Amino acid sequence: MSTTTTYRTCPRSGLQFESQAEKLMIANAVAAVVFLLIGGILAVGVVLTRWPAVHWLQADTFYQVLTAHGIDMLIFWIIFFEIAVLYFCSSTLLRCRLATPRIAWLAFALMLIGAVTNNVAVYQGSSSVMMTSYVPMMAAPAFYLGLILFAVGALIGCFVFLGTLVIAKRDKTYQGSVPLVTFGAVVACIIAVFTITSGAIILIPTFLMSVGIVKEVDPLVYRTIWWAFGHSSQQINVAAHISIWYAIAAIAFGAKPMSERVSRGAFLLYILFLQLASAHHLLADPGLSTAWKVVNTSYFMYFAVLASMIHGLTIPGAIEVAQRQKGYTKGLFEWLRKAPWGNPVFSGMFISLIGFGFLGGISGVMMGTEQLNMIIHNTIYVPGHFHATVVVGTTLSFMALTYFLIPVLFRREMINPGLAKLQPYLFGLSMYFFCLVMMGAGTLGVSRRHWDMAFSGSAMAYEWPGAAYLMMGLVGIAGIAAITGGAIYIYITVGSILWGKRLDKGAESAKFTPIPPTAPSAVVQSYGSMGFAAPGTFALAMVFLVAFVLYYFINWKYLSTLWGMS
Amino acid sequence: MSAILPPSERLWWKHPLDRVEGTWIAIALVWCLIMFAMMVGWHVYGKQNLSTETYRTKPDMFAAKAQAVVDKYTVRTETDDKIPVVHPPEGSDVYLIARLWAWWPILELEKGKTYRLHLTSMDYNHGFSLQPANINIQVVPGYEHVVTVTPNQAGSFSVVCNEYCGINHHTMVSRLYVK
Repeated sequence: MSTTTTYRTCPRSGLQFESQAEKLMIANAVAAVVFLLIGGILAVGVVLTRWPAVHWLQADTFYQVLTAHGIDMLIFWIIFFEIAVLYFCSSTLLRCRLATPRIAWLAFALMLIGAVTNNVAVYQGSSSVMMTSYVPMMAAPAFYLGLILFAVGALIGCFVFLGTLVIAKRDKTYQGSVPLVTFGAVVACIIAVFTITSGAIILIPTFLMSVGIVKEVDPLVYRTIWWAFGHSSQQINVAAHISIWYAIAAIAFGAKPMSERVSRGAFLLYILFLQLASAHHLLADPGLSTAWKVVNTSYFMYFAVLASMIHGLTIPGAIEVAQRQKGYTKGLFEWLRKAPWGNPVFSGMFISLIGFGFLGGISGVMMGTEQLNMIIHNTIYVPGHFHATVVVGTTLSFMALTYFLIPVLFRREMINPGLAKLQPYLFGLSMYFFCLVMMGAGTLGVSRRHWDMAFSGSAMAYEWPGAAYLMMGLVGIAGIAAITGGAIYIYITVGSILWGKRLDKGAESAKFTPIPPTAPSAVVQSYGSMGFAAPGTFALAMVFLVAFVLYYFINWKYLSTLWGMS
Repeated sequence: MSAILPPSERLWWKHPLDRVEGTWIAIALVWCLIMFAMMVGWHVYGKQNLSTETYRTKPDMFAAKAQAVVDKYTVRTETDDKIPVVHPPEGSDVYLIARLWAWWPILELEKGKTYRLHLTSMDYNHGFSLQPANINIQVVPGYEHVVTVTPNQAGSFSVVCNEYCGINHHTMVSRLYVK
């Protein structure tokens, strides 16, 4: 069973890479970046069409481009990268060989074939059904088939990850519990298995409907189960990018989790409650009872919100504690001022964390509140929200991690480090602005997935307020700035891999080196002030809470002015 | 030593938590409970709650009911397509059909009066988006959703479709008057 493999110890990070796992990580990461590139090119079409003054593409092309942009970004880019992260969190962090590398290659092949099949179906033109593909609107059979193949591949990848954990345990490559980052990856993987199964339950009958075997899939049942897939897939991202934040805090600062119990407990809340939050997509739907909506989105979803609020404190808190131990103890914020803002690995991660919490988190709770959903449902507020979670949160964290992986995994010196320094700021901050103005336009009612806000060709066109046009123009400008930031990322990544100076491999051995047991560390309470290990982080958390509370009640105030409805 | 290494304490659930974490968890939990109470409380004290009254329906069944109301209460027609404008009495059942790519008929309601608005789609999913009031409701084929509405301002409103429904989605917009 034991195939011949080698383990190399990276001289720059001390991480140990198994050769099979390393090749698979590289393949998955490269495929991810290719789909990010495709999705980014498509984004130009989306942004320049929704910018009212430009209104570039024709309606049919626009919807086609929007469908492909959504799927390439939300599914293909992110999940390919996540598979690489899963292999990294198991084989590399636990210093063991990857389970069944041949099957892992099969998973990769299925995902690639599926992604290409789906893309081809969309470009052929009869599958402009958006990512959600609500029945009874039908796409070509290849559209669903591509998604199913991709999902099967991703599911196999999840099981390879789980198998690798078993190998590490059996070979005793570590003692005690797995690292927190691996723990987070396990959570992501468990959510992924649930997600992909939901996807299969609904996409397989829909595929059979598209080829004429199944007569009908109920539209409301489709929406309910599709969202168990569509929303939960974003929870994989949350678990994955929060693991990456912890990893980057550890890499950039040697930060230790403040409390393993708290951080892991918060991850466990994700497994139990995050998927149920998918119910918030159905708050404006007929046929679902109030009790069902409230229980799922309020009672259950808030446990997931609680978990995110905990991570939002513990990650910067861990950084603060590490910085204070290094002597940056002046005032509340010296630790933050003296952070390595010029290192894109850190700056990307921190911009991601703040944006995810303030923009993505708060807006997500608004949409997930049963009554407030009525002023948000299907407006462009919704893409405003999920660009803050998925782009600022997930994509930017992946970008930050890439800057770490270029020398470590790809063994190349980064080309143009000056540009890399700038990239997280350009991309992250223009995305902040992009999300804000989108939410602004959504608050004025502007529809999402809409080709022409001027309603050309209609006898009863509605005239949006001038502010809505202004906001959508700003969406266009911010979008182009963010796309430029994305293009810089691709240039640096691809350029470094192709032309970057080769770095040495480090010592190779035929056997793994187990992780030495770590000595119990000093008690964190010996630093900080007011009995708090991380007073600065607590102050930031209070700012967050105040913003959250104010914005929450402003929305209720707005709601209370609407027509009476019961 | 760090989050990428196994914890030094073998049993992670015995790792103590810092005061800053405990305090924040308590604050966050209280806030989550307040939000929970708001959502439930609004059902009791608030005036804007989406109805859950729903029936299964078929396009011809729904169309027949809508036609009956149109025959009875049409006050005039608008546009070249002669779309009927329906002025129903207070408290009555009003039907609004969503289909590719139009809303039918046009409704004329009165301020401060209550109506039972029935929504369904004849084909794909559509989105009822009342502007500029900004009330948004999903319209799902096969399901008749009965929403009780009480307009609180007079004027000319627009009903925009905000669920993607194909190539002419952007032309699917109608009016709704409140006197």
